[in-house]
Amino acid sequence: MSDPILSISGLSKVYSGPKGGGVKALDNVDLDIREGEIFALLGPNGAGKTTLIGAVCGLVRPTSGTITAFGSDLASDWRSARARIGLVPQELSTDMFETVWRAVSYSRGLFGLAPDKARIEEILRSLSLWEKKDSQIRELSGGMKRRVLIAKALAHEPDLLFLDEPTAGVDVELRKGMWEQIGALRDRGATIILTTHYIEEAELMADRVGIIRKGRILMVDDKASIMQHMGSTEAVLTLAEPLDAVPASLAEFALTLGEGGRSLIYRGGGAEETQGGNAEVARLTKALIADGIDYTGIDIHDSSLEDIFVDLVSAREEEPA
Amino acid sequence: MMALSSVFNVRSAWSIYKRELMRAMRTAFQSILSPVLTTSLYFIVFGTVIGARMEPVDGVSYGAFIIPGLLMLTLLGETTSNSSFGIYMPRFTGTIYELLSAPVGVGETLVGFVGAAATKGLILAAIILGTATFFVDYEIRHPLAAIGYIMLVAASFSLFGFILGLWADSFEKLGIIPLLFLTPLTFLGGTFYSIDDLPGVWSTIAYANPIAFLVSGLRWTFYGTSDVSIWTSLGMTFGFLALCVGVIAFIFKTGWRLRE
Repeated sequence: MSDPILSISGLSKVYSGPKGGGVKALDNVDLDIREGEIFALLGPNGAGKTTLIGAVCGLVRPTSGTITAFGSDLASDWRSARARIGLVPQELSTDMFETVWRAVSYSRGLFGLAPDKARIEEILRSLSLWEKKDSQIRELSGGMKRRVLIAKALAHEPDLLFLDEPTAGVDVELRKGMWEQIGALRDRGATIILTTHYIEEAELMADRVGIIRKGRILMVDDKASIMQHMGSTEAVLTLAEPLDAVPASLAEFALTLGEGGRSLIYRGGGAEETQGGNAEVARLTKALIADGIDYTGIDIHDSSLEDIFVDLVSAREEEPA
Repeated sequence: MMALSSVFNVRSAWSIYKRELMRAMRTAFQSILSPVLTTSLYFIVFGTVIGARMEPVDGVSYGAFIIPGLLMLTLLGETTSNSSFGIYMPRFTGTIYELLSAPVGVGETLVGFVGAAATKGLILAAIILGTATFFVDYEIRHPLAAIGYIMLVAASFSLFGFILGLWADSFEKLGIIPLLFLTPLTFLGGTFYSIDDLPGVWSTIAYANPIAFLVSGLRWTFYGTSDVSIWTSLGMTFGFLALCVGVIAFIFKTGWRLRE
């Protein structure tokens, strides 16, 4: 495997409090990001997602740890690394009185690149902002303002792009449009790290997912692998005749009775068919027929990344911090 | 040898400089017309109306005598305000994230923000001097020295404003220094009178005011006469400039008020 494009090692950040007590926003974080991937960082509010991004992008001074991007140590060789990193912040922070064209052109110059009208035009067209290029940013809708921030981050053609809650406060239609745009960015070769509250977003877009809580990375894995190892299948079979107990012949299946014996509930397996969750339900139905147990309906549900996230975070919530 | 681009990015500095100047153009009425109008009123009242009844000071007509002081009054206020707003507003609105995440260091930031504020100060000074010709007859004895001194003061107080913009965490604090310190000190720093004309101990007290040295220095470049030696004035100004550069370098090194 090639070297990671971004490598974070032992990163901690303690915000000093008014009485000397500090808030540990990041606690010994280790994370490697692979070139060309979309990495989703999931976590509840205050988990440390924005602090982590800020530490990489130069907005936050880490308390300890090292960050290496493109082979350069960000503490010492920050100029060359930062020139290749783009950031779309969570807040709609931009000069509201500036025009779209000037704001995006400024960003390109700020990162030390020569003016390139054709490139700016391409970016604005790709984000459906070309018609608004001469408008002041304050005149635009919320979704457009967020796209201006994306355009500004893309103006210096970064190889690594951070999107901090890119679709926060954006309606469903626009959110889907942005997902397409983020996918298109990846297709162009950019590596993307996004934080999100919308787990659907991570499930749809990410190659890998990291879950962070109280400044600690709880897990990092391929999305498919998480779904396989931590996902589950739930099947509810409505029985034609109620049962008093789960028959001994079905002991190999993870079954319980529900609704006073009127339904048989299966929970187990992986979320992916290859992991046997759905396949096991198919075997169960055959076994029921073989045992002469009739059923009138079946409802199968695979757990989503959201279920896994909630389970994982709430399980850790019960552990001492 | 280390390439210049690895320690200073000219394009980045130029982008900041250009944008800051354009920001001033967007508010041209407030940035330029307003101080010009205020200074014109001073010329009309003190230069033409009252000045006509005043004795010449150090051989210079009273109307001409107050030009360097009035110029200094506007220059100090405007360069400080422009520069402090220039860096405070991105902090206030959150747009400073872009500057902090860019491959930009203290050099580019200062050339951009402070350079633009100093340029605005120089434009303003030129307009005020042009305006003065409508009210008062005057000649500048050392024009190159005057330009150089105005540039030095503009740069120094733009740096000072930059520090102010980083220090302030409210609009009130941003306005308090120019309003409560710079303007009164300039008024009392010999703008309308020669400090040597002050009676007894007041003359000594007046020299505790650092701005008196600035006004005196600029007056020397205009008319060849001053309350203190031009070298003292130059030394004070360069010392202030060096102090401001040192403070800003420290701020960037520690990230105070910039990085969390």
